Amino acid sequence: MTKAIDNLQLNAEGKLKHFITIEGLSKTLLTEILDTAESFVGMTDQQIKKVPLLRGKTIVNLFFENSTRTRTTFELAAKRLSADVLSMSISTSSTSKGESLLDTIRNLEAMFVDMFVVRHGISGAAHFIARHTAPHISVINAGDGQHAHPTQAMLDMFTIRQIKKDFADLRVAIIGDILHSRVARSQIQALNTLGAAEIRVIAPKTLLPAHVETLGVNVCHNLTEGLKDIDVIIMLRLQKERMTSALLPSESEYFKCFGLTESKLKIAKPDAIVMHPGPINRGVEIESSVADGPQSVILRQVSNGIAVRMAIMSMAMQPQGGMQ
Amino acid sequence: MNKILIQQGRIIDPANEVDRVGQVYIADGKIVSVTDEPEGFKANKVIDAKNQIVCPGFIDLSTRLREPGQTRKATFKSETLAAASAGVTTMCLHPDTKPVIDTAAVAELIRELADKADYPQIYPIAALTQKLQGAELSSMLSLKQAGCIAVGNANQPIKNLLILRRAMEYAASHDLLLMFRPNDYWLGNNGCAHEGAIATRYGLPSIPEAAETIALDQCLELAELTGCRVHFGQISCKRSVIKIHQAIKYGMDVSADVAIHQLHLTENDMAPFDSAYHVLPPLRTEADKQYLRQGLAGGTLNAICSDHQPHDIDAKLGAFPETEPGVSSLETLLPLMLKLVTKHAITLEQGIAALSQNPARILRLNSGALTPGMPADVCIFDPELEWQVNADNWKSRGVNTPFWGQTLKGRVTHTLQAGRVIHCLNETN
Repeated sequence: MTKAIDNLQLNAEGKLKHFITIEGLSKTLLTEILDTAESFVGMTDQQIKKVPLLRGKTIVNLFFENSTRTRTTFELAAKRLSADVLSMSISTSSTSKGESLLDTIRNLEAMFVDMFVVRHGISGAAHFIARHTAPHISVINAGDGQHAHPTQAMLDMFTIRQIKKDFADLRVAIIGDILHSRVARSQIQALNTLGAAEIRVIAPKTLLPAHVETLGVNVCHNLTEGLKDIDVIIMLRLQKERMTSALLPSESEYFKCFGLTESKLKIAKPDAIVMHPGPINRGVEIESSVADGPQSVILRQVSNGIAVRMAIMSMAMQPQGGMQ
Repeated sequence: MNKILIQQGRIIDPANEVDRVGQVYIADGKIVSVTDEPEGFKANKVIDAKNQIVCPGFIDLSTRLREPGQTRKATFKSETLAAASAGVTTMCLHPDTKPVIDTAAVAELIRELADKADYPQIYPIAALTQKLQGAELSSMLSLKQAGCIAVGNANQPIKNLLILRRAMEYAASHDLLLMFRPNDYWLGNNGCAHEGAIATRYGLPSIPEAAETIALDQCLELAELTGCRVHFGQISCKRSVIKIHQAIKYGMDVSADVAIHQLHLTENDMAPFDSAYHVLPPLRTEADKQYLRQGLAGGTLNAICSDHQPHDIDAKLGAFPETEPGVSSLETLLPLMLKLVTKHAITLEQGIAALSQNPARILRLNSGALTPGMPADVCIFDPELEWQVNADNWKSRGVNTPFWGQTLKGRVTHTLQAGRVIHCLNETN
């Protein structure tokens, strides 16, 4: 299975063509993404924030699901690479008229697009588009259902590397709704590929997928126990509908068990960092004083999102002559 | 009088415990003799079956021909040709057509369509409840009189157990067989893949085994309570086999079938998000597959069905969870059964029995054997003939099969339905 995804994401020279999932990508390639992003970070602080790498290229942000942060950072990343960007929210336009996903893609292809950045509510949508789109088009997955959100995972890896330098001795805890989280799945794959010492998922059974241990993680149902010796704490967003579908009794009980408070944070290593893919629910999964506290790197994640997405977009366009 | 002689084939007829080279004599649509030449028998057609196997025509307990209602997917014409080329001489049709088979008029329409397609041996399964909605009983007696061979729920779970109880009581009153695919609505949770490592990795909505086993348990209890005869369709997991085995041991009159692809594929075979592997019940684990094979060999699972579900291209074009489930599987039925024999999972005799004798017994049909007096439903196949699953060889309108492009071994050369040759490989090619 891994092989088939490899073939889809990489071109004949083993270079990135699409970016659909972390699965099947090598440590070398992930490191190359992080290194490339590094070179863009300095640049984004400068007065002139643009490079001409993707000049003349057309990128379409295809968002079948709402998003503010991800869409904005993808847009900024594309603009700083000098590409022409078009952002489309399709959740209510074409699909409600009965147009199929493939028809939407074909129509946009006919407008000479070079890259699709796709967010979709169904697992496998980005993979499907990559398999069926014209051969010169690159597809970047900006989140598909509960499957993968690989650019988010890479910006998280970038942020972790900035602070912790090396993955080898790191113990990482991912806390919350793993079951519904495409971010968690991609983070787990990235951390395993980059060689983290331990990944712990901490959640009640109702928020863990069956056989979660097959992803290469240790499982813990208790936050107090789970935070011991942890270097990196990743909190996940808790959706309100989890309460109405009988996965959890109440927000307050969830916060009592799994909410990250200042006192709970003390259980982790003193230099532990706190991360969150956003948007955060203050008082549900995380206490405000922790979210805004000195160990939080949540806003740094957002800024890094631009550089990392620039890196991935430019690398995926490289085989088509995007980067000289 | 139309007389056919099939000569020098290896006759395998499990119902009569026959396995020898010999002749089959057919007259007037019926088997006349499989031993001595009847006096004065003059064949006006001779089929040479040398180096081939002659066995009863296959009886498929689970098919969908998409007519009425979904002729863009397939038609009686296309699918009966596929069935004939696969050695299938009798098919049971699930009630989830459009409209649903819940009135005598729809059942009669299906019989008419079958006659029009020159393939009369199609038996509709009546919907257990009106519109398959699990709320009100269908007119089971009228449906039976209109030719329905059983009642069933197709893929629709019955949420309300009181309704299921009453439907089973009513079916039992008219001595109707219930063909039940056990599937708990709530636990199924609109899933599309087995709740295992693959669904977890790909973030696919998943279906636990318990969705099947709990519904199976409930139906077994209700069979005990109501006296309704039950046949479980498309069993997919180990624990279901164990439960059915226990029920049979306990003396219950239940039977079960398994779809052919479940005996060959597991969740691990699913290429990432390849909709050809999207089936319901979902492909499960290696252990489940092995246990299904054992269940078949041990007789707990009596029948193999194709669970044929042809689709148009668009139905399978999309993100995996949004595609329609099902495999177009009539034409791979025989070669995949033979593969089980090659792998020593079952004997050839068991495989043929699971496709003929046993389904006939489940449906109480006077067929499924080469007994003199029975309709001459005969399948003649070359077990060594290799063929590629491709557009040249494929008859079904649905090309949705995970075996597309593969070379398989075993091909039907002749099919006779009630003494009529409905398929001859060399003539059609």
